[in-house]
Formats: sequence, structure tokens, C-alpha cells
Amino acid sequence: MRNAVPRLIAGATALLAVACTARLASADSLPSGQDFSQVERGRYLAVVADFGGCHTDAGGRPFAGGRPIATPFGTVVAANITPDRETGIGNWSDEQFDSAVRLGRTGDGTWLYPAMPFPYYTRMIRADVLAIRAYLNTLPAVHHKVKSNQLPFPFDIRAGMRLWDALYFTPGPYKSDPGKSAQWNRGAYLVQGPGHCAACHTPKTRLGGDRDRQSLQGYALQGWFAPDITDSTTLGLGNWSAEDIVAYLKSGHNRFAAASGPMGEEVANSSSEMTDGDLEAIAAYLKSRPGDSTTDKPLSAGDRTMVAGAAIYQDLCSACHRPDGSGVAYLIPDLAHSSAVASREPTSVLRVVIHGAQSVGTAREPTAPAMPAFGWQLTDAQIAAVATYLRNSWGHAAPATEAEQVHNARAGAG
Amino acid sequence: MTARKLPHKDVVIVGLGWTGSIVANELADAGLEVVAIERGPWRDTASASAPNYAQDELRYRIRHELFLRPGQTTFTFRNKMNQTALPIRTWGAFMPGDGVGGGGLHWNAETWRFLPSDFVLKTHLTKRYGTRFLPPDMTIQDWGITYEELEPYYDRFEYLCGTCGTAGNLRGTIQEGGNPFEGPRSRPYPNPAQQQPFSHTLFAKAAREMGYKPFPQPSGNMSRPYTNPLGVRLGPCTYCGFCEWFVCANYSKASPQTTILPVLMRRGNFQLRDNAEVTQINTDSSGKRATGVTFVDSSGEQWEQPADLVILAAFTIFNIQLLLLSRIGKPYDPQANTGVIGRNFTHQTISDVTSFFDKSKFIFNPFIASGAIGMAIDEFNGDNFDHGPHGFVGGGYMGQIQTGGRPIQTIPVPPGTPKWGAAWKAAVRDNYQSALKPGTGVHGSMYSYRDVYVDLDPTYRDRFGRPLARITIDFHENELKQNIFLTDKFAEIFKTMGAQQVVKEYRRGPYDITDYQTTHLCGGAIMGTDPKSSALNRYLQSWDVPNLFVMGATAFPQNAGYNPTDTVGALAYWAADAIRTRYLKNPGPLVHA
Repeated sequence: MRNAVPRLIAGATALLAVACTARLASADSLPSGQDFSQVERGRYLAVVADFGGCHTDAGGRPFAGGRPIATPFGTVVAANITPDRETGIGNWSDEQFDSAVRLGRTGDGTWLYPAMPFPYYTRMIRADVLAIRAYLNTLPAVHHKVKSNQLPFPFDIRAGMRLWDALYFTPGPYKSDPGKSAQWNRGAYLVQGPGHCAACHTPKTRLGGDRDRQSLQGYALQGWFAPDITDSTTLGLGNWSAEDIVAYLKSGHNRFAAASGPMGEEVANSSSEMTDGDLEAIAAYLKSRPGDSTTDKPLSAGDRTMVAGAAIYQDLCSACHRPDGSGVAYLIPDLAHSSAVASREPTSVLRVVIHGAQSVGTAREPTAPAMPAFGWQLTDAQIAAVATYLRNSWGHAAPATEAEQVHNARAGAG
Repeated sequence: MTARKLPHKDVVIVGLGWTGSIVANELADAGLEVVAIERGPWRDTASASAPNYAQDELRYRIRHELFLRPGQTTFTFRNKMNQTALPIRTWGAFMPGDGVGGGGLHWNAETWRFLPSDFVLKTHLTKRYGTRFLPPDMTIQDWGITYEELEPYYDRFEYLCGTCGTAGNLRGTIQEGGNPFEGPRSRPYPNPAQQQPFSHTLFAKAAREMGYKPFPQPSGNMSRPYTNPLGVRLGPCTYCGFCEWFVCANYSKASPQTTILPVLMRRGNFQLRDNAEVTQINTDSSGKRATGVTFVDSSGEQWEQPADLVILAAFTIFNIQLLLLSRIGKPYDPQANTGVIGRNFTHQTISDVTSFFDKSKFIFNPFIASGAIGMAIDEFNGDNFDHGPHGFVGGGYMGQIQTGGRPIQTIPVPPGTPKWGAAWKAAVRDNYQSALKPGTGVHGSMYSYRDVYVDLDPTYRDRFGRPLARITIDFHENELKQNIFLTDKFAEIFKTMGAQQVVKEYRRGPYDITDYQTTHLCGGAIMGTDPKSSALNRYLQSWDVPNLFVMGATAFPQNAGYNPTDTVGALAYWAADAIRTRYLKNPGPLVHA
């Protein structure tokens, strides 16, 4: 906490600076809000930023809110962002909308929780935010009252966000790096801004702020591990080509992996609808992130847990995933090239083995194969053994998974 | 009970198995609003077959996990018209599937085309042998469609499924290693034949020595990863030997689930209602136009689904029952020999040979298998040989097509072994690795007869109070002669392979409803050229109600010596194409009788 005060001041200064910039920018001549190309751009950006994914409840009207977002601190419910004047954002000015998206402050000055990823949206340019607004204005107004803040004390006190923002929030739009290509800069903008990849993929502090020095190096949330997506050859996407990344984001599948869980949802709602050019830009940017490729020494194949894990793998897993872990391209994930397997923590491996997983189906890859659940069949110790085996085979290296971790994973993930 | 009316749809499909899925996808692709109503539950690979419980013979084969429950509905059976039929309370001779995918989910994926002569059977046999060669009560007919017309649609179904095989006739040129008797193919199979285990290879070697031309059975179990024209992917078969009765856990067996449904279910203009049983096809006051269907949901509530076009795509016997209950088409009367609904009902004539080899010389590892693996010969199928000296017509393929070494049903022991106890156990142990039991080794045709048919039972009713379908079926001398001839030929090959003992299990009459043969029920609402002797025209369109099309083997005028699914799939594509390209432009009869 020693650094808190100076950061608070710095943060407040930055906030002021952005507020000034914003006021200046509003004087620019902007499209009227009825312009088709602006609305279409806004629709596209709303997809990129996955507004629909978070702000649409299961079975609910699009963008009418009500979807609970689980955070480590409790549940936040997504707001109604249709143009309904009473329960939506119909009576907000563009200014107020921009402030909510990029500064985390709503029209009436309420502090937003970062379940709404404004710390990333702040990297967007104002014109993009207003394009989204123009698009949202074209939607049917839905009268649907949502109580957003369902957090327990003390997190329910929104004013606490004042301190949080000071600690972790650096407002301001993305600044192009003139030393890099236009494609790289576009990728960086999408990843850091509307795509808000770091929201899941960057390790967090105990208060949920990004650990910036480990940007995109993987983080466990919602019972999954959002893997390292840097170019690390041991933990990240170093063995994937840019084309592999594009295929994965576009279709949910590539020759190595299948998207399921929260990433499956992201692919379905967002990246599968993005242009090839934008996906190529994202791939170029991610391939440029060096990450951490330091290697551990794998457990020896003669280790007792490894021997048990190998036997279970041979018996239950190898028919589909093949004895060498290579799977079947675009159908059965390649465990030898899986960042979910290689991750610092076994969260996703345990989740998938215990509960199974439904991969995403997309227009390009409709098959949507699923992994069956083994939690009913295997004991904690058996699952720990097979996870240990996976994470120490085919070039992977990780500490042994303990039965207690399996026990906790069973209890934690629904 | 009044039915609540649902919003109108362009098309309502009864049943979502192979044909329902094919037609639904084609018509939804044409932009129509399509709803399918399926009696059973939703099933997909992950929910219906996880590899950690899929290989359970007791659950799936013995206890009929994937099949209709007779308590839900059944049928009655008798051999002869002067007998009283009784209801079937557990499945035997055939196994009606249940749920999304229907029989296409649990089949073996044996993917055969019929012979060109099969489609013009009556004309062909009469021309070759004269009218007096055929038994007087045999009622075989031409189909009203030729092999050449159907070939592009066979091709579509096989490329949908990723069928694995070796072509025997490419555009008229006979190919080494394939079936030389098959009709011309426009292109090779989409995938090479599967690898063959030892016993299958040995069978082929012996057959070749005897002058036959063995070839791999065409298989819907993948020999390699495959992506079909709809973009759906299948994985390579692992030869686990659990296909028939089971759902493939590895995405390796062609089924609606692994080839079409992933695309169909994504379509915004397609809707599925599962656990909903259609009880009637509704018609207007003229009886000449279907207005939709009535169905009952799982809570017993009745609904009416209005639609412009009705596609009947249930299992054979239930297609017939629905037509009879809905009073569409004239019911068949075997006494007067009039009417068409229920007429020309057929099944199959199956037999087997179990052979025992020297266990010190032969280790077959019978569990290494797939549902459609095997080496077969086709010398004695259809009219591939001169029937003149033999006094019967028809035939079948035969082969070492053993689909597994599953522990309950595939434990052959020599005749005379006690049924239980230490001696039985010893015999199982001694023979498991060195005995062969193909299962349906002789796959014989069953032709149609005047006294083999389906009508409504006068006594027994289903849970809604509707009369059950009544099957009257028996083997006729023609089929029994055919079976003796084929089984003897089959047994000779196992002797040539070096078997010490060959046990022939002939098919004998009377037709036994408790003994499984195949699930290939055919006919009952057959296609043809004359409304007096067929229920459907050549496009599977009802002669009586032109906005009703009836899919499936229900349309076969008689059954050939092959598994029917390839022909069923091809006919579905053929009919869907006629609907898309002709019917929708000008709704009405596609053929004027």
C-alpha cells in the first residue's frame, strides 16, 4: 500500500487529462448518428467488444441486460443498454455514454465495477465508442429493470472503486507505435482495447487489477484457466503460426485446439464474426509478445504418479487423443500442443476431465465435438495422476497435480 | 381433447432420422421454414455416447438403450392371415430406433448400393426367365426409377457420410479389388476402404482361391479423418467393435449426428420438437390436401402444427401406421388384392455360419472390428448368377463381416457344449480367439408376396387408443431355397479357410419374430408408376395427397440382398431435389397417372 497515494494522485491527474481530451474531441464534427456506415461500424465494434455477449441474458432480449457476471468478489449483473429511457440508456448523452465505456463512470457519476471492462475500453478512440452508441440507438428499446450491484459488503460500496481506479486504472486511448506496422498497431489496439483480451488472460492482483508485467500470460477465472497467449513456446502460443491463431479465433478450432467454456462463448459471440484482416492483426500482435519461455524439468516417466497417469491415459484417453497426444486436427485437441495443458495451473485440465467440455460450433467449423466428463468415474487421485501425466509429457513440464487440487476443482466449478 | 394450434410452417417433418435430417436440411437450405417433430429424445455424441460408458453391451444391446420402448408403442404380429396377431412386448426380429438420429445413430454403417437390375426387377426377371418362373403369389414390381437416375443421389449420400470402400465399377470400367457386379459409379468412394483384420483377410484369400472376387464391404466407419461437403468433420475409426446398437463415441461413424445435424441445428429457419409423437396427418375436407399434423407432447398435451408440405420420415412400420390412421391412400386388402397402403411389406432373409479353427494356429482377435468392416463377395446376389437351375429368385451378399467380439453375444462354442458351468467356460476360453461368427454373414433378399402386409389390428391399441399396426409375415419357399443355396456356398469358403468345424445356421420358416435378423423393414407404401399398385410416385410423393411425401424404405417394392440405408439416403436426396427444383415452383402432382 506504500505506493497507493502517489498512484492515486497520478491516476486522478490522468483522469483529468482524459476528461479534457474528451471535451476537446466532442467539438470535432462527428457523423449525426443516422449515418449507415457509422451504425455498421458500431455494430461491428459492439461485436468485437462483445457487448452483446455480456449484456444479453440467457433467453433474454439482445442488449437488455440481466446476465449475471461472476467475479471473485461476487456477482455483478450486466445493465440494460438498449435505448429505453427509463431502464436502459436512452436518456444518456453521448458524453455520458463515452464516460461509462472509457472511464467507468455512468451518466449520474456512479463508479462502475471493472466487471465492465472499462480499463480496456479506455484504449478505444472516441469515434469508435460513439459509433457503438449510434448502433445501440438503432435497437428496439426494451423496458427491463436490472439491479446491477449484487455484491456483498464491502464490495457493494461503489465509492471503493475510487481507490481501485487509482491503483489499477490508467485511462487514455491506445497510442500507436510508429516503429511498428499498421497491422501490428491495429492488432494491439484490438487486443488492448475493444477485444479486452487481458481481462481474462492477464494475471490479476488480489484486488483484481492487472499485473501489467505479466500481460497476457494467463489467469484462472470462472473455473477455467485462460491460458498464456504470448509467443512463449512452453506456456503460450509459440508453436502456433499466425494462421493457426486466425483459424482458432475465426472458427473456434484449429489443428491443435478447440475453444470451449468462456473462450467458446467469446468465439461464438465475437471473434468468429470479426474480419479476417482484424484477426490477422491480432495474430501478428500476439506473435510479437515474447512472454516467458523458461522451462521446468518434467517429472521422470518412472515417477509413480506418472506411471499411474500413463496407464489411465492409455486406457481412457488415447483412443481419441492418440497415444502421442496428437489428437485429430480440428476435431480432437492435440494435447502435446495445448496451452491449456501446459498452463502454470492445471485448472482447465481438471475442469475438462471432471466435467467434460462442449467445444464451440461456428459457421466455418460446425462440428462442435465434445469431451465427455470423467469426474464420475475417476477418483481425485486418479484425475491428479492423469493431469500430472499430461502436464509432464510431450515436452510439457509442470509440478505434480495434487488430489486436493482435484477435490477443490470439483467443489468450485459447476 | 382439443389440439392447440401452433403458428404455420412451410414444412413439417415427422421423425428426425436420416431421411428427416436430409430433407430438413435441403428444404431449410431452400429458405423454407421447417419444423421436425421427433417422438424420442435429443441425442448427440457427447450425451448419448461417452467413451467411458458407451461400450456396454448389456445396457445397449440387451436392454435396448437406444430403442423405442414397447410400452410407448408396439405392433402385433402373426405368420398367416388366418391367425390372431398378438402384440410384441420386447423387440426381436428387428429393432425400432428411437430419438433424434433414429436407426441412423445405432446402425453399423454398411453402405451398399442396390444393383441396376434391382430397380427393374419384375421386368428383368420376367425377361430372363419367363413369367412362369416366378411364384404365382409373388408381387414384385419395378420401382419407377432407374439406377442411372439414382446414381448422383447415391453419390451425394456417400460423400455426406464419407463412405470408405474400393470402387468396382468406375463409369463402366471394372476396377481391380472392388465389387465387379455393382452399377457404374461416377467417381470413387470419398475414402479408401478400412483396414481389414486377420479373419476378414483370410476369408478374402480363400474366396479368391475359389474363383470369387472379394472386396471390402462399403463402410461408414472412417478409414481416415474426413470433412464432408457440409463442412462437418469425422474422425478416424479406432476399431473398437461397438457400432451396431451403439453410438460411436469417436465421431467415426456416419450418422445424422456426425454429418448433418451440426449444420441443420444452426439454421434459424429450422426447429426441432423432440419427445413429441405425431398421432395424425391432417387433411382438408376433400382428403386430397394435407393441412399439417397433430402431435402429443411429453405432458400429454395435443398440438396441431399446420404446414403446406408434410414429410413423413418415420420408421417403415410407423409410416404405414400413420398413413392408415390418417386415412390417406386406400388400405391394402389381400383378399380382393386391391389398395396400396400396407402392400408389399418385406424384411430380409439372413443366415450365418459359425466356424471353429485350430486354436494353436489361429488367433483372430475378433474384438478388433468396426460395424461395417469385412470382406464380401457378390457372386450370389440379385441376378448376378443364373437362377435357372436353382428354382428360386433373389440372392444376397455374403462375407466375413464380423463386427466385434463383444462378451455377451459373441462367444461361439461348438455344438454340444453345455449351456453353463465349467465345461461351458472352458469352451468359451478355448474358442474365443479361434472361432468366427459373422453375425449376418448371408444377407439375403426378401421379395414381396400377396399375403405379407401391414394393416391395423382389430383388437390391440396404443396408449392413445389408436389401433396398433399388425404385421402378417412368413417366409415363402423361394426365400428358404435361396437361403439354403447361399448358406451352403458361404460355408464352403470357411472350409477353404481351414476351419475344423463349420456350423450352418440356415434361416428356416416359419418367420420368427423373436430372432434378430436385421432392422431392414421395407415396403408398405411403395413407389411405382401406377396408383393402383403403388402408394407413391417415383418422387416419393403420395398419389392421393400431393403435398405429402413419404421417405424411407417404406417405398421399396421389395427388399434386395443388401442393407437399405444407402438407397434410403439416395432416395431422400432424390425426393428433396424434386421438391426443391420442381414441386416448390408448381405445387401439385409431379407425375400425372
